[in-house]
Amino acid sequence: MPNTLVVQAHQATRLITLHRPHALNALTTELLGELADELQRCADDPDVRAVVITGSRKAFAAGADLNEMAERDLVGMLDDPRQGYWQRITQFPKPLIAAVNGYALGGGCELAMHADILIAGEDAQFGQPEINLGIMPGAGGTQRLLRAVGKSLAMQMVLAGESISARRALDAGLVSEITQPELTVERALQIAQRIAAKAPLAVRLAKEALLKAQDLDLASGLRFERHAFTLLAGTADRDEGIRAFQEKRQADFKGC
Amino acid sequence: MTFEHILFSVEAGVATLSLNRPEQLNSFNAAMHGEVREALKRVRQNPEVRVLLLTGEGRGFCAGQDLADRNVAPGAEAPDLGESIEKFYNPLIRTLRDLPLPVICAVNGVAAGAGANIPLACDLVLAARSASFIQAFCKIGLIPDSGGTWSLPRLVGLARAKALALLGERLTAEQAEQWGLIYRVVDDAELRDEALKLARHLATQPTYGLALIKRSLNASLNNDFDAQLDLERDLQCLAGRSEDYREGVAAFMAKRTPVFKGR
Repeated sequence: MPNTLVVQAHQATRLITLHRPHALNALTTELLGELADELQRCADDPDVRAVVITGSRKAFAAGADLNEMAERDLVGMLDDPRQGYWQRITQFPKPLIAAVNGYALGGGCELAMHADILIAGEDAQFGQPEINLGIMPGAGGTQRLLRAVGKSLAMQMVLAGESISARRALDAGLVSEITQPELTVERALQIAQRIAAKAPLAVRLAKEALLKAQDLDLASGLRFERHAFTLLAGTADRDEGIRAFQEKRQADFKGC
Repeated sequence: MTFEHILFSVEAGVATLSLNRPEQLNSFNAAMHGEVREALKRVRQNPEVRVLLLTGEGRGFCAGQDLADRNVAPGAEAPDLGESIEKFYNPLIRTLRDLPLPVICAVNGVAAGAGANIPLACDLVLAARSASFIQAFCKIGLIPDSGGTWSLPRLVGLARAKALALLGERLTAEQAEQWGLIYRVVDDAELRDEALKLARHLATQPTYGLALIKRSLNASLNNDFDAQLDLERDLQCLAGRSEDYREGVAAFMAKRTPVFKGR
């Protein structure tokens, strides 16, 4: 059983709650490792079709663990296992939804940006305050933030260490929805369960195609999309989906 | 923390916070800000508290910023009033607006400057007949702060808001009631009793539901119609899960008086 996470099953979705209440869910190496392991379990489990990740009412995650970081010198940083954990989180193949309340700062903001969909409570705050400590974001903060909110705001957040409100995050496109804080997790689960009812292979390839859009030029991206689209023609779920639509009934997807 | 500049007590679900620098018409200095902040923190953290009553001691309610306070007194350097607002007034206004319980303001006398706008951040404003509201900022080259530029146009319309803010004239309590700036005017001698009566009533009501009402109405001033309908859906969803809703329905069905716990 993980020490720093609480995992709950909700039908075909998993809710992973970061649980280090005394440290505003600061992302220790232990926590990151447990999260990577848990996501691996979710990836391997055919009954899991989507995952929601959340923190507490007060903090999604307020950054990395500074005590840990202070102990690492240059060589220690090079051998840092965290890098590998982040990579495993990045490679999670199923839909990942972040339900963010309170602080999502530094590594916490970066973790939220690893999710495919971000839902924020009205009082959520996003920021990359690393610069205030003489360091900089090290887990995608300079890359994913720029792609999500555009250059000027990303620069302001990263260089001046200024946080933004949920409202601004919505306007900038960092999050897709704002909810009342009491309902953030519920709303995220609702979306996750909606996704879980779709054809898993279509969801997986669609997620992959969307992520390619950030890395590839348009022509290559379109080519990838077409290949993925074509692949789905070979699935039983595609036939079921089209037939259910014609017969005006709910489709029953099997994941094959 | 013992209080020197305010009186603070909690009794039967009612927290009473009275500004207490009567010689200075209860104007704010850094110390009073600190005490008010502490008192509001206690209100927020004490589950027994179900309503807050804010008022002032002596003949004034609050004359805004104490201009003799070293934090804003013009010295060798131009003071950064933005910083004073960021540090003191904005957190106070935000707290009053966001408190998840009804906030009653009993305006016992003159309310000037920030003191005229603090009541507007509260939920129910009663004023003594002799009380008055003065947007005094324009007389010293400043703009209405503490939420005044936001509240005034919404409460009395842009034309009257501009007249109040640009002229800085004294608005009587009765006029304020007629304009819809405040809820009700009462005779001076009855202000405390009326305010307490209201507070004691609210302390027996479904506090959580009232907090959601407050939240929804505050939000309505910024939301468009669709967003507000969505918000009503979400807040009703939360309200429907409360103990008090169950009690309210049960009492209605059984034709008895409900006993609300505020949860």
